[in-house]
Amino acid sequence: MDTEARVGRIAGAAGAALTRAAGAVTRRAPGVRRRRSAWPRAAGTDPRPARWQVVTVDRAPGEVLPDGRWPEPLRRLGNAVRVELRPAPGCRGTELAARPLAGAAPTGLAAHLVGDDPGLLVRRALWEVKQAVEAGEVLRADRSPVDRPAGPPR
Amino acid sequence: MRALCWVGDGELAVRQVPDPELRNGHDAIVRVRQSATCGGDLPLLAGRVPFLAVGDVLGHEFLGEVVEVGPEVRRHRVGDRVVVCSSVACGGCWYCRRDLPSCCDNGSADPAVAEAAWGHPTAGAFGRPRAAGGFAGSHAEYVRVPYADVGAFTVPEPVSDDRALFASDAAPAGWMGADLGEVRPGDVVAVWGAGAVGQLAARAAGLLGADRVIVIDAEADRLRMAERHAGAETIDYRLADVPAELRERTGGRGPDVCVEAVGNADAPRSLADRFAGGAERPAAVREAVHACRKGGSVFVLGEFTGFVDAFPLGAVTNKGLTVRGARQHGQRYIPMLLERMARDELRTEHLATHRLPLERGAEGYALFRDRADGCVRAVFSPDAPPAGG
Repeated sequence: MDTEARVGRIAGAAGAALTRAAGAVTRRAPGVRRRRSAWPRAAGTDPRPARWQVVTVDRAPGEVLPDGRWPEPLRRLGNAVRVELRPAPGCRGTELAARPLAGAAPTGLAAHLVGDDPGLLVRRALWEVKQAVEAGEVLRADRSPVDRPAGPPR
Repeated sequence: MRALCWVGDGELAVRQVPDPELRNGHDAIVRVRQSATCGGDLPLLAGRVPFLAVGDVLGHEFLGEVVEVGPEVRRHRVGDRVVVCSSVACGGCWYCRRDLPSCCDNGSADPAVAEAAWGHPTAGAFGRPRAAGGFAGSHAEYVRVPYADVGAFTVPEPVSDDRALFASDAAPAGWMGADLGEVRPGDVVAVWGAGAVGQLAARAAGLLGADRVIVIDAEADRLRMAERHAGAETIDYRLADVPAELRERTGGRGPDVCVEAVGNADAPRSLADRFAGGAERPAAVREAVHACRKGGSVFVLGEFTGFVDAFPLGAVTNKGLTVRGARQHGQRYIPMLLERMARDELRTEHLATHRLPLERGAEGYALFRDRADGCVRAVFSPDAPPAGG
């Protein structure tokens, strides 16, 4: 499946982001190198906008968003974050970026999840997407003895 | 189950802890038959690595039998005899797909925390603080193995447990030092450290075609082992001027490849360094950099936990050296190493100088730390009777 075909199945903001990413690849004239732009700056008056958190997923954009929707760890954050996606240079897969929206105070579950360090929460969500796509699962730590008592011998 | 736990202040004790459980679909549970001490554990015991918690289970070099598998495991079944790579890697990220599994992006249950330590997350590790992945160690009756299809390897029938055990960590580490140090036929290779990793680096250099291999240490027992099992020449650094000796033995050129396998030794800091807050000086790395021939290669295998001072960067640039290091890429080397073990090209049994039941784990670590009684590695067997030894 080519990139433009995948774009057609993506809805809403995610679709727009992927369309932009795909456009950067498909509309470039042959042989013309274009300077790779920074991720979009935040809108508004905040002089210290939240930084983009970015991971590179070693898969094509269509595998990062196989059904055209943002993966669950990002969907969970609702409208509290802005998400962008673009192909990584050198066939290194897909750059997936997210940033807490300046001034958009999260509510409900998103507020609980974001807590007082939204950047870290966003970063963890991106890592979960990356693990799910590359490793097929989100790796979980062993539970510590404090979390559960010793049972009868195996 | 019983497990050897860190109980604070450099102390270890066997405690009753919960059995491991499958936490992901790609997990397996392994009943441990043998689990070895490693130099990388000593900074933990000495309290030089933060975040170790009371009750954490140590150990990362082990072999055992699969007793349970998750629904996504394809390569292993209950009953398989497996040796498990000491680091945890996913097999699917950019680094794993390019044969750099100890750089794995997805080996930690909390990569965002792991990023803080080194700038980027690296492969997870058994028996380390939770920030190193979140996986209990192997000095226990059972251990959970994440990504079992990637990190557990069935041991071929002719290879004994005693030999295959060291395919988990020491053998791939040693092999990597020679391989990524780019040993070529005809080279002269110098190895600092005659512990298990140093001896196996020396053996690997020989198998890769080195003309001469010179091992440097101060323990006579270990040097004799390097001569006997790796076919190496030796230098006792207490009795010789090592740089002068190496110049003399290499026609004034210096070794083509230098492998540091000493690790984070407790080198004494000078009074001035202590007053000024200076870090320790990596004595073996410094010596290797000075000794190496121009344009040669220095590979750092020792597991350094933080910063060092007084690194001779000028010698690196002026002599055009390549300095490289890594945690061992076991998933890349273990199948090949098991084949060599099966062909009797690679023997490791002699490294287990002390075999003890798990209950005597604290005693085993004391022997290993102090290099007492000729100890190279202490190996624990959870199913051995407590009174054995």
